[in-house]
Amino acid sequence: MPRVVFREERCKGCELCKEFCPKGIIEMSGIINIMGFHPATVIRMEECTGCAICARMCPDLVIEVEREDKAIG
Amino acid sequence: MAKILMKGNEAIGEGAIRAGCKYFFGYPITPQSELPHYLAKRLPEVGGVYLQAESEIGSINMVYGAAGAGARVMTSSSGPGISLMQEGISYLAGAELPCVIVNIVRGGPGLGNIAPAQSDYWQATRGGGHGDYQLIVLAPDSVQEIIDLINKAFDLADNYRIPVMLLGDGVLGQMMEPVIIEDQYETKAPKEKKWASTGRMGRGSKNLVTSLHIVPEDLEKHNIKLAAKHEEISRSEQIWEEYNTKDARLILVAYGTTARVCKAVVDMFREEGMPVGLLRPVTLWPFPSQILNSLADQADNFLAVEMSMGQMIDDVRLAVNGKKPIHFYGRSGGMLPVARDIYQEAQKLLMEE
Amino acid sequence: MRKVFARPKSMKDMPMHYCPGCTHGIIHRLIAEAIDELNVFEQTIVVAPVGCSVFCCDYFDCDAYGASHGRAPAVATGVKRVLPDKIVFTYQGDGDLAAIGTSEIVHAAARGEKITVIFVNNAIYAMTGGQMAPTTLLGQVTTTTPKGREKELNGSPIKMSEMLSVLDGSAYIARVSVHNPAGIFKAKKAIKTAFETQISGKGFSMVEVLSTCPTNWGMTPLKALKWLEENMIPYYPLGEFKTPTEVV
Repeated sequence: MPRVVFREERCKGCELCKEFCPKGIIEMSGIINIMGFHPATVIRMEECTGCAICARMCPDLVIEVEREDKAIG
Repeated sequence: MAKILMKGNEAIGEGAIRAGCKYFFGYPITPQSELPHYLAKRLPEVGGVYLQAESEIGSINMVYGAAGAGARVMTSSSGPGISLMQEGISYLAGAELPCVIVNIVRGGPGLGNIAPAQSDYWQATRGGGHGDYQLIVLAPDSVQEIIDLINKAFDLADNYRIPVMLLGDGVLGQMMEPVIIEDQYETKAPKEKKWASTGRMGRGSKNLVTSLHIVPEDLEKHNIKLAAKHEEISRSEQIWEEYNTKDARLILVAYGTTARVCKAVVDMFREEGMPVGLLRPVTLWPFPSQILNSLADQADNFLAVEMSMGQMIDDVRLAVNGKKPIHFYGRSGGMLPVARDIYQEAQKLLMEE
Repeated sequence: MRKVFARPKSMKDMPMHYCPGCTHGIIHRLIAEAIDELNVFEQTIVVAPVGCSVFCCDYFDCDAYGASHGRAPAVATGVKRVLPDKIVFTYQGDGDLAAIGTSEIVHAAARGEKITVIFVNNAIYAMTGGQMAPTTLLGQVTTTTPKGREKELNGSPIKMSEMLSVLDGSAYIARVSVHNPAGIFKAKKAIKTAFETQISGKGFSMVEVLSTCPTNWGMTPLKALKWLEENMIPYYPLGEFKTPTEVV
């Protein structure tokens, strides 16, 4: 099953990942990170397809994507 | 190593090549054109690059890139073009990049004219651009000395990681004299530049060429380091020529073309048995203050002679430090001081005794 | 499980100073990915500009230069002429490249200088406080065009890609945008092509990347992306303006 890992301490809460997630499974967390932002977080990891669109939209390299199949282009 | 006849401007070019300079970036301006003409022909012959930039701003920034990449590199210009380069020169100094900048000074301010002048002295010796920095400034007075100093200029630049300026004028540039020139100048500077930004190529860490220090504590530290370097240069690199100063009661102070005229003036006085001498600064920065200060113990008067309205005289004042009176004679706007006029000015001072 | 998306090797693992939602970070990543994929990290040299991306040379882990405002193409020229086998790229904003640095960029392109330029066009001076840029759109409000940019007073915005593509020396010129995933995909492709153009020695390459500045535009990051799409793209059409095959 694919998995996305968010480095929440690096997130500036811009919401670009949330906006473009095709599954709508990213939300802004209620917590406040060390930089003072509400970081993005995945609410239903089991629905993640590992498409990495969130990671591609993220300006701060917060997101890593792990998957069992081949690397995506 | 036979003696050959060479023009001043060509001597700068050939001297630079024999000092291992393979890169020249410049923009046309009178009266330094023979130098780029010469290098445009010569550099490709030695596997180097002559590149005409879109402006002096372009050329000095190309110098920044080439110097950062570890090459021996030179540019040349004259007054207005050197003014345009000042931003880049400040960056070069800030990033501690070695390079040689030639200024064949012309009459100013503004467009002024293309005749010989020494009115860029302040600009050259006070850094010239923004921020706390100095350039080493060399002022030859003969074609042979051009050759000798251009070699030295590259060594000084590499040894101290500092831009070096060679200050001349149209007279020196056009002058033809016999010179001795070595096939290949033996550099005394370290050849390897570990700081150069050349691509990591397995180095394991990155090299960054920059003058940016965003944190005030860092910039102050950097400026203190630069100041220490300037201090060391000041201590070790002052060059001057004393001409009949031994028993001189009146000492002329002049550099470059003006110093040549002043030598003739000194000869005129000496023929009459008058104790007149010349102190010729060869490094304008660091200014030869120590010798001048000690000469102030023996002389009664100093006469600064310049092709300007009086710029170097500031440094003479600082060096003599109130010990003896300092006088000035200058011509400006491209006019050359004539020996007879300097003689008369000096004679007045001798009569005051 | 294996990582299918991670930080490119050419980028340092450190937080970036850019504002939330600023697309500089995306563009940085695309460049680093291209460098990684072309396997040229060890021979790549970046020339950083003045502006928000003045610190980009901290984020790219390759050898670097800090240039003065607008002069990066001249600095890159000096570097490349000394090191013709290395990969040299500049990263410049619109004030840097299209105002103060027009002379340097035009002549670097005209000479066919074998460098790559990543030109980030966000239609504003950001670092200095949101002033009008040469690429600011007509009617766009900035701190120095409080009533919006007026053609009568300020003229029209400059289309750099179109301008440079008519020069013989330019080999690859493209305009891309990073306002959505499809745009980012194309941007990456263009940036890679630009580097390939340099590697194969074909001449000058530039990718103009339409980018956002949520802070100085006074918008949320999401609104800024929408604004870019609706306002910038109609004036700055995307696409390749010159490709190496057209080079004689």
